[in-house]
Amino acid sequence: MTRKAIAALTLMALMGVGLWAADKVVLNALFMKQAGFSEEDITAGTRDFMDRNPDIQVNLTFVAYEDLEQKILTAAAAGGYDVVLSDGPFTAKFAVGGIVKEIPPLAAADKADIFPGALDACEYLGKYWGMPWINDVRYLYFNKKMLAQAGFKRAPATLDEMIAQAKVLKAKKIVEYPIVLPWNQAETLSCDFTTITALFGGAMAKDGKPTLDTEANRKALEWMVRAIKDGLVNPKSIVYGEDDINGVFEGGNAAFMFNWTYAYGVANDPSQSKVVGDVGIAMIPGNGRVKSATVNGGQPLCIASGSKHPNEAWAYILYMTGKDFQKAHPANSLPIWRSLYTDPNVVKSNPDVVAVAKTQYDYIVNRPKVPYYSAFSSMLQVKIQQALLGRKSVDQALKEAQSEAESLAQQ
Amino acid sequence: MRSEQRESLGRRARGRGGEGDLSEQGFAFLLLTPAALLIFIVILLPLLITFGYTLINMNLLSATKGRFTGLANYASVLGASWFWSSLGRTLYFTFVSLVLETGLGLLFALLLAGSFPGVGVLRSLVILPWAIPTLVSGALWKWILHPDYGALNALLSWLGLIKEYHAWLGQPWLAMNMVILADVWKMAPYSAIFFLAALQFINKALYEAARIDGAGVFRRFRYVTFPHLVPTLLVVVVMRSMDKFKAFDLFYVMTKGGPANGTKVLTYDAYLRGFDNLNYSAAATISYVIAFLVLALTVIYLRLGKQEDVND
Amino acid sequence: MTKQRSSLRRRGFTLFQCAMGFLLFLFVMVPFLWLLVSSLSERRDLISLPLRFPPGHLSFARYAAVFAPGGEEIARAFKYALFNSLIVASLVTAVGLVVGALASYSFARLRFAFKEKLLYALLFTYMIPPIVIVLPLYVAISALGLLDRKVTLVFLYLSMTIPFVVWVMRSYFGSISKSFEEAALIDGCTRLQTLRYVYVPMARPGLIATGILAFLLSWDEFFFSLIFTSSLAAKTIPVAIAEFTGKNSVDYGMITTGGVIASIPPLLIAIFFQKYIVMGMTGGGNKE
Repeated sequence: MTRKAIAALTLMALMGVGLWAADKVVLNALFMKQAGFSEEDITAGTRDFMDRNPDIQVNLTFVAYEDLEQKILTAAAAGGYDVVLSDGPFTAKFAVGGIVKEIPPLAAADKADIFPGALDACEYLGKYWGMPWINDVRYLYFNKKMLAQAGFKRAPATLDEMIAQAKVLKAKKIVEYPIVLPWNQAETLSCDFTTITALFGGAMAKDGKPTLDTEANRKALEWMVRAIKDGLVNPKSIVYGEDDINGVFEGGNAAFMFNWTYAYGVANDPSQSKVVGDVGIAMIPGNGRVKSATVNGGQPLCIASGSKHPNEAWAYILYMTGKDFQKAHPANSLPIWRSLYTDPNVVKSNPDVVAVAKTQYDYIVNRPKVPYYSAFSSMLQVKIQQALLGRKSVDQALKEAQSEAESLAQQ
Repeated sequence: MRSEQRESLGRRARGRGGEGDLSEQGFAFLLLTPAALLIFIVILLPLLITFGYTLINMNLLSATKGRFTGLANYASVLGASWFWSSLGRTLYFTFVSLVLETGLGLLFALLLAGSFPGVGVLRSLVILPWAIPTLVSGALWKWILHPDYGALNALLSWLGLIKEYHAWLGQPWLAMNMVILADVWKMAPYSAIFFLAALQFINKALYEAARIDGAGVFRRFRYVTFPHLVPTLLVVVVMRSMDKFKAFDLFYVMTKGGPANGTKVLTYDAYLRGFDNLNYSAAATISYVIAFLVLALTVIYLRLGKQEDVND
Repeated sequence: MTKQRSSLRRRGFTLFQCAMGFLLFLFVMVPFLWLLVSSLSERRDLISLPLRFPPGHLSFARYAAVFAPGGEEIARAFKYALFNSLIVASLVTAVGLVVGALASYSFARLRFAFKEKLLYALLFTYMIPPIVIVLPLYVAISALGLLDRKVTLVFLYLSMTIPFVVWVMRSYFGSISKSFEEAALIDGCTRLQTLRYVYVPMARPGLIATGILAFLLSWDEFFFSLIFTSSLAAKTIPVAIAEFTGKNSVDYGMITTGGVIASIPPLLIAIFFQKYIVMGMTGGGNKE
């Protein structure tokens, strides 16, 4: 071949490559590390997606959980990311602030198969702003050996039962503080408050307006205060986070705790736990007419508002939240699809947890969906702690919280 | 050669130049251009844009976002009680940590200026806390202050000083003082170095004279040492307070502004309002207030510097 | 008699100084020791109550995870952060010294319009907290596609390094006697040549000192790195350490390990170049 021909062919080939490369849609996706699906899971799933969609390339970024919000916000205007992993409490804020796009409508069959509580976390003002992806709630963990020692054969089904069992455990000196709860002045306290107010039939907000100062909420907070005063809940719970109460439970210093899914694996880890094999998991105990309630700790995948390829972003989200991916990687995060809970692969991954999860998820409660949730939560944490420490009465704490929440709503 | 002759020759030499017709001013501007360009693009331009943000409503959650509001943002920030609380906390942090840091630094310097076995090694070691990154220092102290596994609790309990473990970062006022502790641990050596250098400039003969006159240790300090340290002291104080206004890293890693806003200083407040509450205009406004305060301190710092030259 | 008494007093005073010196030693070193020990302790010992000191076992497992192949993903990632920090800090120091020294020389030795005002402006820019300028910077950098790049960090850090270099080098340049420059000029040197052959060599100690301080400044920086980097391509050490705080748990073992590794370069510099650091901070004892 002549040199000219070679040159021409090379040029055409390069143009072809250029065109081909130009045709490829590049998506930037933001995920978090160290919790939920592992980086390996996500990378594998993404590779699979790219194989099925050769004209889409997905670049993955993993950041620490506490950096997620900052990265999503700073990227929103400039379109740095197309797909972002959000968190339940951010939905209202991101919707109003124009940080994420509304998702296309879901097929009715799909909608019916997703746990309603999980889907509800993504809803605001009648529209959906993300697709549930990581599914996580708090469960009741209990020490089977301690309960057996006290003569109890099964976990408590109601709060009253739990208190009664705790009293026996304490009286028989099996454990000094039977219950340990993550009531540190951080988001974890708002999470538990969400659970407990729901158990008393209350709610922190309704129709987007704060409803803190209600009879039901007062009863809930009184229960919390009383439990500490009676010496049934470890007084240090006020400075404990989820990790700290794990330490207490693993060390054999508590019989009951409320914690996320991950705690099950940690409590059964022989390298750090002294209670391996004695760990029981059950639904959060009910109260009165409420059979159970648990706070939603799940995280949705959203389309960032600055994305230039929303359709491709949605295709990627559908794949990652889809049954195939979730079925293949249940170890770190249980599926959002109800039908998958009978899938053998899923059940095998964590049989004890799956058995509880599939019914617990029917009682998911979401944290208040208000755009000012961060400030609301921080303020509420302070008030609740003041009540728990005995510095304010329950009535006063909730009254002040309500008025401050209302002023937040007006800003 | 006599000085006038030298000077005229020098002037002629400069006139001959070598870089063409570049005057002294031209040459100066040439040398300054890279620095000026970079600083203009990276700092001054964004500074102006941020000022623009303070004049419009950039609260992403507000219904009227994007509207021009003039000085309303400043009015609402300066009129808000949370602002004055945060400012108060900033001033408390600055003042207390400055006093401790300067006081300790001075004591260290006085010690290190002496001569006793091991002082050489100490002089090398004292800089270590300052050398490690602020974030590492903050994380280390957070670990030391851990309510259950922290070394401080273990130590105090072993010494019999406390009966049960405390949550050192669990109460607002206590947490603020713990952050101050971490800051002082890191920066007292820094101040110490300044003072040590200043001490070494003091004429030893003055001490001898004082000793002969019968002055004891304290009087020597008061009449010889201290007066000579005052200029350095002033410089250190103003410079370090400007740095403390910028403090962010320690608060981010140790307390995140909590508990109960107990350690929410102005920089952290601005960060939260922007990145958590999506209220960019409030964040920008607070930042500008900080900037004005820094400007005031800068002017003071420069005036002090000039006074020092006059005194020499 | 008096001699005995005064020598006793002196010995007493020396003893007192030694005791104070020992306290200072504890003040400085004990937290470090704890950092080191924690990084070498197994998780079991870290969370055992009451605390056992010295801990039951010492293990270098975390360090192995960071540096040896086959370690945990999170640990290995730290190695890249170390690399990024080294590169960014070195580049910033090199460029910052050149640009800053040139500018500093102008302030010290040349006359030009607005000199004083420019100096004030320079100091002011150094004192601005990063939060004031971060939002517009982010929009611009993102629009230019320069997010998560080391070169972006280099430019950002230069903006705080250069004023610092200018400020510190001013007194060094200022302290060099003018007669050297005049002698050179008489010999026919251009201004640029006097800069190169007279000022720079004479200010070398100051340049080294300033360079060291500039390096430490970049090594320490956290906020810009937090906002503008997200992957191993550009993430620096402080951000990598902060990332050991997970959603539900904090890995103090890895944090302290990261802390030790992050402290080694500055510690080595501080120990071996101590003289220069002191010089840099005190401006050689000269003011202008």
